[in-house]
Amino acid sequence: MLDNVLVPKLYEVKSNEKESADVYTLTLAAKEGTDEMTFLPGQFNMLHHFGFGEVAISHAGDSSCRGQVVHTVRSAGPVTEQMSKLKPGDEVGVRGPFGSTWPLDKEGSDVLLIAGGIGLPPLRSALCALIANKSRYNSLTLLYGAKNPEDLIYREDLRRWQEQGVKVVISVDQGDANWKGPVGVITHLIQKNIRDPKNILALICGPEIMIEFSVKELEQAGVAAKDIAVSLERHMQCGVGFCGRCQYGPFFLCKDGPVLPYEKLQHWFWVKEL
Amino acid sequence: MQRGPLFCPTDQFEQLLSRLKEAGYKLLGPTVRDEVIIYDELHTAQDLPIGWTDEQDPGRYRLKRRADNAYFGYNVGPHSWKQFLFPPKEKLWTAKRQANNKLVVLQETVPPDEKMAFIGVRACEIQGLFVLDKVFNTAQAVYQQYQQRRENTFILAVNCTSVVNTCFCASMNSGPHVKEGYDLSLTEVVDEAQHYFLLVVGSEKAQALCRDLNLRAATRTEQELAYARVQQTVDQMVRKVDNGRVPEVLRNTLGSKQWDKVAERCINCANCTLACPTCFCSDTEEVVSVDGAQVDRWQHWESCFNLSHSYLHSGTVRSSASSRYRQWLTHKFGTWWDQFGVSGCIGCGRCITWCPVGIDVTEELQQLQEEYDKPC
Repeated sequence: MLDNVLVPKLYEVKSNEKESADVYTLTLAAKEGTDEMTFLPGQFNMLHHFGFGEVAISHAGDSSCRGQVVHTVRSAGPVTEQMSKLKPGDEVGVRGPFGSTWPLDKEGSDVLLIAGGIGLPPLRSALCALIANKSRYNSLTLLYGAKNPEDLIYREDLRRWQEQGVKVVISVDQGDANWKGPVGVITHLIQKNIRDPKNILALICGPEIMIEFSVKELEQAGVAAKDIAVSLERHMQCGVGFCGRCQYGPFFLCKDGPVLPYEKLQHWFWVKEL
Repeated sequence: MQRGPLFCPTDQFEQLLSRLKEAGYKLLGPTVRDEVIIYDELHTAQDLPIGWTDEQDPGRYRLKRRADNAYFGYNVGPHSWKQFLFPPKEKLWTAKRQANNKLVVLQETVPPDEKMAFIGVRACEIQGLFVLDKVFNTAQAVYQQYQQRRENTFILAVNCTSVVNTCFCASMNSGPHVKEGYDLSLTEVVDEAQHYFLLVVGSEKAQALCRDLNLRAATRTEQELAYARVQQTVDQMVRKVDNGRVPEVLRNTLGSKQWDKVAERCINCANCTLACPTCFCSDTEEVVSVDGAQVDRWQHWESCFNLSHSYLHSGTVRSSASSRYRQWLTHKFGTWWDQFGVSGCIGCGRCITWCPVGIDVTEELQQLQEEYDKPC
């Protein structure tokens, strides 16, 4: 039988770790009879919870680690809510990987990752690849914004990345009694983290409004459109450009995206309700 | 293979259909139902709309009796051939627990011996099939059920010898002449003096079928007459689209007030997308057995006019009627080029006829073009 990308392959849940009140991280492994998956940072899988439905979730894992597929999911609807209850040993269906990847080739650049809320997981796989090849870049900076301190995810990773030489700046919209860090939208911290705008490689993922403000800040600081890449979201379903649901102007976000260079997007990005 | 066109009397045409049936093809073609010409199973040539013709205008469709007994004296109705290749509902796969408690996922396939013959495919419709071929066979994936059905389908094409007001295939470069993509191509010549078909063989399959019909070569006069009957339709078409310029116009009028204007009339009924031969959007659905032991994954047609189409957990992206109409028009005539290298429109006019409020895409495009070309 031909390998059909519309039919899920069986994977097993290895672990389900809670990150915050409504965010959890699943680690999956291919079951017997299913080939191991390889993917590139920025790509996504369609995860199928049999009996409930299917959702598009970005790869959050290290693309150089074979055999482990990592997905960080927010409970946002009926399927993801049910998936939060998955236990080790449970089966899920997986289709993928789909989509485009983060452009990580600007040699000697100051890589600036800008993540808003649940936009951090897709950038995590980029960060793993960047850190593994650290000598290619001049600097790595992560700007991570969350609503409040309880919503912060990847706390261990954030500490480890700092130890590995990434400048990690975390801001929350609203602090609490124990919060000592910056307060306010993460986009306000962009300009002060740009040393030389021509040397920047900006990778942005998060709510669309956050991406819009980030792009404005970057452009104001003199960063060129070709040095900015964003990950966009629309209703992903088939993953291969057949169902038409993820269209964004001329782009199928499942194959031309979800990561797109801002240079290509410029004409469409500011159009309302595209 | 016989190269030249053949002269085919009407009784031999009827024989041809019987031969196709005997060869195991399910005949599908135009037939009258509820005062409309739709596509359904044909048992004999007599099921065709013999002696009928249609009148079409924005939001209007009527059947009228002809003075002759033409088999194909009408244009296209609300159905397109896509429903047989890309069905409105299709099962994709089933997941069930076996006796040994192992979960298996089984792909749905098309029975290998199922084959269809499309009777009376117009030039624009052949283009429509070419467009869907590009959509469903890409570097990323092949829609296997579509592919299999398509390969097993016999195309009996018909050259249009008349038009209705909503036709505009000439300006979309998709007709009226059938040029390729067929097994057999027919042109019906009917008037007080004669009634025959000019028949052109386009494949080995068709060659085999015509072998014992003993058709003679068509004379030069017969060929020229048939050609003229098709060619005359070009000037009869009242609607047109400036196909070469429209993609640029649509790219640059995304903020036009025209979208709000058309949205005042558009009722988001999705008729246009249902009737359109190239619309391909779909939705999927999880169907679970009562005991939870089996899950079926179904695919069905979806429309960009539905709020569900652009639904995200954060809300529907295209919530206004303007944005949804804009998506339809800019995709069909504009971004389809970026995606597939062709227009999504074949100029069949179905969307114009079947719009309950009579919105005319050619008129909408013209207004946008005038706005774009107006000197500032």
